[in-house]
Amino acid sequence: MATFKVNGVEHTLDIEPDMPLLWAIRDELGMTGTKFGCGIANCGACTVHVNGNAIRSCVTPVSAVEGQDITTIEGLAVAAAGTTSSALDLTAVQQAWIDHQIPQCGYCQSGMIMAVSSFLASNPNPTDAEIDASITNVCRCGSYPRVRKAIRALASA
Amino acid sequence: MQMNRRRFILTGAVVGGGVLIGYSATRPTRHRRANEELVEGSERFITSFIKIDPNNEITVYVPHSEMGQGIHTSLSMMAADELDAAWENVIVEQAPAIDLFANGDLVKGFAGEFGVPNFLMGLVNASAFTVAELMNLQTTGGSSSVRYTGEYAMRTAGAAAREMLINAAAARLDVPTSELSTELSHVQHNSSGRTLSYGELAADAALLEPPEDPVLKDRSQFTIMGKAISRNDIPAKVDGTAIYGLDAHSEDMLYAAIRLAPVFGTKLVSVDATQALTQRGVVRVIELEDSVAVVADNYWRAKQALALVNATFTETENDNVSSADIAARFDKELAESNGSEDKEVGDTDRALEEAVDVIEANYRVPYLAHAAMEPMNCTVHIQGDRAEMWTSTQDALGMRGRVASVAGLAEENVIFHQTYCGGGYGRRLPFNWNMIDHATLIAMEFDVPVKTIFSREDDMQQDYYRPAVHNNFKAAFDDNSNVIAWHSRFTGPIQVPGASHIPYAIENQSIRVVDGDTHVPIAAWRSVDHSQQTFFTESFMDEIAHRAGVNPYQLRMDLLQEHPRHRKVLEVAAAAAGYGQNLPEGHALGIAVQESFGSFVAEVAEVSMGEDNQPVVHKVTCAIDCGWAVNPDTVEAQIESGIIFGLTAAMYGEITIENGAVTQGNFPDYEMVRMATSPEIEVHIVESGEALGGLGEPATPPIAAAVTNAIYILTGQRVRELPIKNHDFALSNPVAQV
Ligand code: FES
Ligand code: FES
Repeated sequence: MATFKVNGVEHTLDIEPDMPLLWAIRDELGMTGTKFGCGIANCGACTVHVNGNAIRSCVTPVSAVEGQDITTIEGLAVAAAGTTSSALDLTAVQQAWIDHQIPQCGYCQSGMIMAVSSFLASNPNPTDAEIDASITNVCRCGSYPRVRKAIRALASA
Repeated sequence: MQMNRRRFILTGAVVGGGVLIGYSATRPTRHRRANEELVEGSERFITSFIKIDPNNEITVYVPHSEMGQGIHTSLSMMAADELDAAWENVIVEQAPAIDLFANGDLVKGFAGEFGVPNFLMGLVNASAFTVAELMNLQTTGGSSSVRYTGEYAMRTAGAAAREMLINAAAARLDVPTSELSTELSHVQHNSSGRTLSYGELAADAALLEPPEDPVLKDRSQFTIMGKAISRNDIPAKVDGTAIYGLDAHSEDMLYAAIRLAPVFGTKLVSVDATQALTQRGVVRVIELEDSVAVVADNYWRAKQALALVNATFTETENDNVSSADIAARFDKELAESNGSEDKEVGDTDRALEEAVDVIEANYRVPYLAHAAMEPMNCTVHIQGDRAEMWTSTQDALGMRGRVASVAGLAEENVIFHQTYCGGGYGRRLPFNWNMIDHATLIAMEFDVPVKTIFSREDDMQQDYYRPAVHNNFKAAFDDNSNVIAWHSRFTGPIQVPGASHIPYAIENQSIRVVDGDTHVPIAAWRSVDHSQQTFFTESFMDEIAHRAGVNPYQLRMDLLQEHPRHRKVLEVAAAAAGYGQNLPEGHALGIAVQESFGSFVAEVAEVSMGEDNQPVVHKVTCAIDCGWAVNPDTVEAQIESGIIFGLTAAMYGEITIENGAVTQGNFPDYEMVRMATSPEIEVHIVESGEALGGLGEPATPPIAAAVTNAIYILTGQRVRELPIKNHDFALSNPVAQV
């Protein structure tokens, strides 16, 4: 049995303790916003928040998040608003992603947004070197220049 | 490009009193017979629809896959502008994967440009493959959507609809059409001040004969095209609601993990799945001709159990083949074979013999994987004589047809569910069938949906690769250091004719191709042959310039007198990059230019050598002449994307073969440019007003040579083999820029 909250809702699943959180979220809960890219913690497509901190869910066994609060891209805005109501506005980061027209194929962007959101929460005014060191997600479409511009805009906002 | 053809515009009424307007192209000048047979059922040539509802809501059906290129937005902008629609009330819908939306027009566009749609045909036996078959694809590739579907279908349909609405208004108001104008989804009678919405006129318009040849707007009349308009697919891509093929989901769904024969072309011999079958959630182990799959109630369980399966595959002559063997074979072929003609001008052999000076260089690039972020996957649900399917694709109709033929079903009995596509770059084109076939064969064993997923390792090791190519060059100079001969011999196949040709005015040119076939399967890869060839030709041009003692930019300009569009983008990019001006200490600029897919692109890379003796690309300045820009922000995004895609290949990209199989498995061994290594990119759009050029691909080709040309100045080392990471630049000997 594994018990954890996803976007404020508690789930108890009869699954193996070593099942990666990614596949519990996608295949057991049917929530598909969190993506599979590499399965080895390299690309960041599967990034979710555990108690607000970004982690790569493809290598995080559910036993490691027992009793914890998970936020996925679907719940990011609600979590940021500090409510579980259904008022789904966008966070400043998500809005910046629209303003800077960042996503192309978009497949990496759930993870990118989750990574940048937790990064900026802990470091609201990052230097370029800090951005480079912390945001290591792969975007095969090459949205990096726009991601950098958006982070800078968010930092100076 | 001249598109000398009749146009058919088809209309009809829709339930509730609206109008539906479609465009249908007529036969192209080539392949007349095949098309005369098909043109009878003219409906199958319809490539676009505009629907106008009584409530004045306008829906544009887009027959192309949204892979991040912003095509849904660009194409609907083109239709809406010609229609004089109010953009806020325009809805874009993905056209369903049915014959009605096959892209005959795409094919005709290519037929006009190349004779045949080469980006698809290079890899298949052309004789087994007719234009008629291509008509039934719904392909997104070849940087073609805006150029062909947009220019020849969307705009025409929009203009036709507008004329019909004006005619309907003229009858209703009893005034001549000349007194009417259109704006923001309304027809106005200026002198009386009366206006009618398109929605009010739609039912009447549906009954009118469509105009034979609607007049398209002049660029000065555009109200929507040419503006940086926000893409309609982006909101769903920031809140997690965008659905990709991998996201197909149902409660009763099963998941398959699959192991394909590691050496391409080998067959499954035996399987021991005893242990796998005891694992939790495992439903069945399925043996296919070339693979074994574990089907379970969760992908992770399937994948874990697959690791417990022992499988043996047939032995083949390729079991010991390595990249070194392939390279040796390519070199032998180049040394011994005269190959076949690609382009011959003048008498190159004689020029080489009589020359005062000759240089020779050997270039090579490795195989490359596509590595789209969304690993290959396909969900199929067989329901008796019907099926439903979900997969991210560049060709919905092609995939539907393939599933039907593998499962032995009638095509119209297969429903294709269109999703967003998590990257294509050529991998998700027809004929790269391995995932589609396997997913179908597995699903045929069940009556619930089965989602087959390639792990990243499968995706990388079971791709259809960008071909590895070797290229031998010679150049000859006269006693004034003028280059008088260009000799190029490269390993094929040629997927896009002309990619190996140079625009430069060199009197004698001999370009020939030799056999480069191996057991490694190949396919189109973003910009196809241009990605390898532009690295080769634009690097060797640089070698020629340095040997001649002429500035590489200047030599290009001198030899491009007949090519004003090349010159213009070179000029704009060089000026914007500060070419020839003082740079920060230790920085150098490299330049390259290429025409591909109807666009002209020059790139200047600003590079320095880092502490690890590897190059750091600081900035890329790009100028593109794509005719004009439908959506300038989308143009910029595609340029940024194309450059980073090409830079990843130049810096890190290599797929190597060991024991007949691919060595690399995941991103650490197939590294990508990331935030830390991504340069600043500055894009300049040169509006020549010429025919629209492609955008998805043309920025990829020049970047490798732009970077390595700068590395030469910084280190004195000519990078003739990619990727750059394999070179040791510790012993640098900077070259003075002439
Ligand atoms: S899928 Fe988890 S980091 Fe790539
Ligand atoms: S937007 Fe396509 S991978 Fe990032």
